[in-house]
Amino acid sequence: MLQIVVCVKQVPDTAEVRIDPRTNTLVRAGVPAIINPFDAHAVEAAVRLKEKYGGRVTALSMGPPQAEEVLRRALGMGADQAILLTDRAFAGSDTLATSYILARAIETISRETPVDLVFCGKQAIDGDTAQVGPGIATRLGFTQLTYCMAIDAVDLEQGYIHVQRKLEGKREIIRGRLPALLTVVKDLNELRYPSLPALIRAARATITTWGKDNLDLDPAQIGLKGSPTSVRRIFAPPVRPGGEIIPGDPREAAALLVEKLVQTKVIADK
Amino acid sequence: MPANTANAGYRGVWVFIEQVGGEVAPVSWELLGAGRQLAGALGVELAGVLLGQGVAGLADGAWVYGADKVYLVENPVLAHYRTAPYARALVQLVKQYQPEILLLGATSLGRDLAGAVATALGTGLTADCTSLTIDPETRLLEQTRPAFGGNVMATILCRRHRPQMATVRPRVMPMPSRQEGRRGELVRLDMAFNEAEARAEVIEVIEEKNKAVYLDRAEIIVAGGRGVGSKENLRLLEELAGVLGGTLGASRAAVEAGWLPPEYQVGQTGVTVRPKIYFAIGISGAIQHLVGMQGADVIVAVNNDPQAPIFKIATYGIVGDLREVVPALTAEFRRRLAPGPA
Repeated sequence: MLQIVVCVKQVPDTAEVRIDPRTNTLVRAGVPAIINPFDAHAVEAAVRLKEKYGGRVTALSMGPPQAEEVLRRALGMGADQAILLTDRAFAGSDTLATSYILARAIETISRETPVDLVFCGKQAIDGDTAQVGPGIATRLGFTQLTYCMAIDAVDLEQGYIHVQRKLEGKREIIRGRLPALLTVVKDLNELRYPSLPALIRAARATITTWGKDNLDLDPAQIGLKGSPTSVRRIFAPPVRPGGEIIPGDPREAAALLVEKLVQTKVIADK
Repeated sequence: MPANTANAGYRGVWVFIEQVGGEVAPVSWELLGAGRQLAGALGVELAGVLLGQGVAGLADGAWVYGADKVYLVENPVLAHYRTAPYARALVQLVKQYQPEILLLGATSLGRDLAGAVATALGTGLTADCTSLTIDPETRLLEQTRPAFGGNVMATILCRRHRPQMATVRPRVMPMPSRQEGRRGELVRLDMAFNEAEARAEVIEVIEEKNKAVYLDRAEIIVAGGRGVGSKENLRLLEELAGVLGGTLGASRAAVEAGWLPPEYQVGQTGVTVRPKIYFAIGISGAIQHLVGMQGADVIVAVNNDPQAPIFKIATYGIVGDLREVVPALTAEFRRRLAPGPA
């Protein structure tokens, strides 16, 4: 029986976020909120392991009350229960404070049944930091296995998990001790389409909500106060100055362009 | 983990020298170049940290690329990278020598390690910085990075915690020039490790056959986007790349269309490239793509839509049907580059 926690984050669809060039503030109005795509694959991986080895999957999210939506998505995909960590005191948490709060929540879940595996997406598409997963693993003392592209086996008796990690131009076959935290890439699996009964169940499910008082937290380590990094300013990305359009029909333009490249020694003329 | 707020006494700029199997990730040298500037602005030393087994000789590279000092820890347990022993070694070194800045490459290894180390130290970490500067008044590290898929830039500070930690992607910072014959001080440290603390065992490392994994080191890239239209048209790009000895690249749209595998993807969710010349063929120029290739020396755009945003940033643009323009370019390059008398 595997006790699994999968961390999911609600993110804005980043393709839609813009900076207002006059005020230099984020324009988020009307931007759809989605489950972080990598986290959806983490849920899928957790549910598949449960189906293979038996156990229980808890979906865990930290965010505002509306983040409940991504937990219902996880329930629809097969998670057994969902916990939302929501509290005004959590607002402004950077990755260090976020990993602290999530780790405390996983410790709280572990008091009932010890957690064997934690899943996270490799990174969230809004922040792209890839820091919260390692942060949780470090705080819990779990084996840290990032960028997992395949899970070959879980050996519950001996307490090992066999995974493949996706590295630059390489695949690493690795055996890690349980408990472990895995961050996953999209190659790991194909997402299932939840069945209608599963969706109905998810829509009706009760989502547990925990605030700071449920977690025995050090107030100095959460929210803005617990975050060593702060944003000095945000701005629109600088624009590289544009150049010239080469005129003419394709052959003329090609000849002109190649001449320019040779002249500026970008391409060597032999 | 207690918050780490005492920063008096933290001095110096450190770069983690990433090596795998005795080969240094080039981003480490790029970071020494960036680190040199920061150390100069602060008037402090630049040091590299080298962890592994039988890797002392790699310190030579660190001197040549600008390090004043290299901290070296060698142990059989460090032969293959595993998070726990590497993190413990780096944390111990930081606590002992107290650098004010610690930079790592935003590779899979560097990100894996940085997240663990920053948490253990209780300090701030900023991922994927594209610019690192020192505020002369406060001596704080200004860490600028893209957010929200590249639509937004943010400058991050780590005011009260040390070290100020940041990762930088490969090819974002220029490679510094080599200073042959330059030497520094090697500080060799003994640390005890046991295999059990690694919590993981590397069974096998399989090299992927795909050549495109070297995209971030390519000097010439011919990249295709949605406008390429079909896998057949990709052949035209292959021919151009072939004549130039270049590498193929792709926008997200071309990868999602299945014309090229994900390893070829340039941009926010792919690799960052810094070639001498980047051909953007049938790529409209979404910001998520631009953030990955704006560091190219020369950008050539070919697109049939004169309004395509790519033309706003391209060094040279040709408006036209890529099925005509690309073969014309291939023919012209072939003519000009034909092997003849040297």
